[in-house]
Amino acid sequence: MPSANVANGVSMHLAPLDDPKSIKQVPTRNGFGEGLLEAAKANENVIGICADLSESTRFLGLKEALPDQYIEIGVSEQMLVAMAGGLASTGKIPWIASYAMFNPGRSWEQVRTIMALNETNVKIAGAHAGVSVGPDGATHQAVEDIAIMRVIPHMTVVVPCDTLQTKKATLALTQMHGPVYLRFAREKSPIVTTEQTPFEIGKAQTFREGKDVAIVACGILLYNALIAAQELAAEGIDCMVINNHTVKPMDARAIVDAAKRTGAIVTVEEHQVHAGMGSRVAEILAQQHPTPIEFVGVQDQFGQSGDPSELIEHYGMGTSAIKDAVRRILKRRTR
Amino acid sequence: MQSLTPQRLTQLKEQANLCRQGIIRSLLSAGSGHSAGSLDMADIFTAFYQYILRHDPKNPEWPERDRLLLSCGHITPVRYSAMAYAGYFPVEELLTLRKFGSRLQGHPERTRMPALETTSGPLGEGLAQGTGMALAAKMDGKEFRTYVVTSDAEHQCGLHWEAVLTAGKFKLDNLMCVIDRNFIQIDGSTEDIMPLEPLADKYRAFNWEVFQCNGNDMAEFIQTVEKAKAVKGKPVVIIAITVPGKGVSYMEGDYTWHGKPPNKDQADEALRELEAERERITAHA
Repeated sequence: MPSANVANGVSMHLAPLDDPKSIKQVPTRNGFGEGLLEAAKANENVIGICADLSESTRFLGLKEALPDQYIEIGVSEQMLVAMAGGLASTGKIPWIASYAMFNPGRSWEQVRTIMALNETNVKIAGAHAGVSVGPDGATHQAVEDIAIMRVIPHMTVVVPCDTLQTKKATLALTQMHGPVYLRFAREKSPIVTTEQTPFEIGKAQTFREGKDVAIVACGILLYNALIAAQELAAEGIDCMVINNHTVKPMDARAIVDAAKRTGAIVTVEEHQVHAGMGSRVAEILAQQHPTPIEFVGVQDQFGQSGDPSELIEHYGMGTSAIKDAVRRILKRRTR
Repeated sequence: MQSLTPQRLTQLKEQANLCRQGIIRSLLSAGSGHSAGSLDMADIFTAFYQYILRHDPKNPEWPERDRLLLSCGHITPVRYSAMAYAGYFPVEELLTLRKFGSRLQGHPERTRMPALETTSGPLGEGLAQGTGMALAAKMDGKEFRTYVVTSDAEHQCGLHWEAVLTAGKFKLDNLMCVIDRNFIQIDGSTEDIMPLEPLADKYRAFNWEVFQCNGNDMAEFIQTVEKAKAVKGKPVVIIAITVPGKGVSYMEGDYTWHGKPPNKDQADEALRELEAERERITAHA
């Protein structure tokens, strides 16, 4: 039975985390493929444009089911954005997908000019984000993409926590008019939500109530945050856990409310700690409710080859690193 | 399309002349901007807006309109001037070029004026967007054509060639690229900075049909577009040879006029020369 937790009047159906063996593991990118196919079946203007990564970005379902709504342009990520801008200007709703390192990594100026300044309805799916890409190494591990996308005016940036949420986000972002960046990962990761868990762009979700420290996480590390909170409860530390899936526009009210309630924040993201989701949390709190913060993420380094789990540990984003950050912030807590 | 009678041709030449006068006046008012390329494309933009395009200046977002994209956004003074003389907005508005609050931004922005079709300035991006528009027309069975004006120097950008490759793959015969081949860029001659020749061969190798014409000869350009529109099964490029600064003798062929405007005396001299030319054009009628 899914556990239901009521926060801010919203019922959050979550998977039963007290039994880790029962948790299913599925890559977040699967949710993108499923969401895209569903959106494309519902609206023939929804199309997918692929830069030679149809299997790994999960375009295959669309390619096989709706070939007329699928375009293959080869290894040309700047073209991906610019051509999508042209298609969008006629009423198409293009989803363009590559590895986050190449799109928006390589195509940033086209994203800024053609998608954002020109206000086109283009949707970017950034696959294989984070060090958990694993053996491919640093060249393919985007840990700067949230920063370069959240700084662009008009851009919406969403980092869902599991495959079910990625599917919901894909559908919601297709419905929304405007430029969008949806970020997801390569590896299998725990499904922490259920089919019933609500999703709304721009609305952070309290996945666990607590009064001592608020852990604000996004992406697949949300699971680590929940496990850390569960283990810390045994030490008598009562952590709130917020799924801060929309990095832009961020739910400032939820962040300020969490800071007021706990007086201490730990942000968790699979991204450079500089200029990412946690930095936006800090910007909001510095202005509205100054609060001590610890930032869990990549500490101004590049990744390397390795198993996803050992890389998450090595770069300080594992459960123990989150627990350490919580213990540190408790010492700096102002009340 | 109307037939190109001698009277119509004279009228178009006069309109191109007025377009040049609009460019000079707007650049003088702005105090900055790009003179040489703007002037050399006055014949082509006048041909588009007053003869070639299927469009409606009073309904710029008509879904069936032909699309005209300007990839090299820095020569937007010529586009603004040609649009003003075609009835998109009052000619006096040209004097707001590059001023605070104006729709006539230093580089064109679609969100401020939808008829611009897109936002450009960063080079090498127009053909890629035009490829998307032309492909969308094919997907939806629409009749509109997509025309993309590019500079020659932006052929040094990788993205432009990604677009050339892609348009060739999809056999976009509803897409036409017009190159302002004036052989100059900011730092000098294109062939010194980064040689582009043999340019026509490059396009042919990418499965495009290639035409070449004098881009400052109104009749020759229009006739070339007519021939180009008849091509089936592949995209078409017109390499339009132009004289930078065309119509203002002290600017003609001088690359240093790429990125600067005339001062008051220079503008007066340019306008005197253009007005004298306009009188010659209309005297022939």
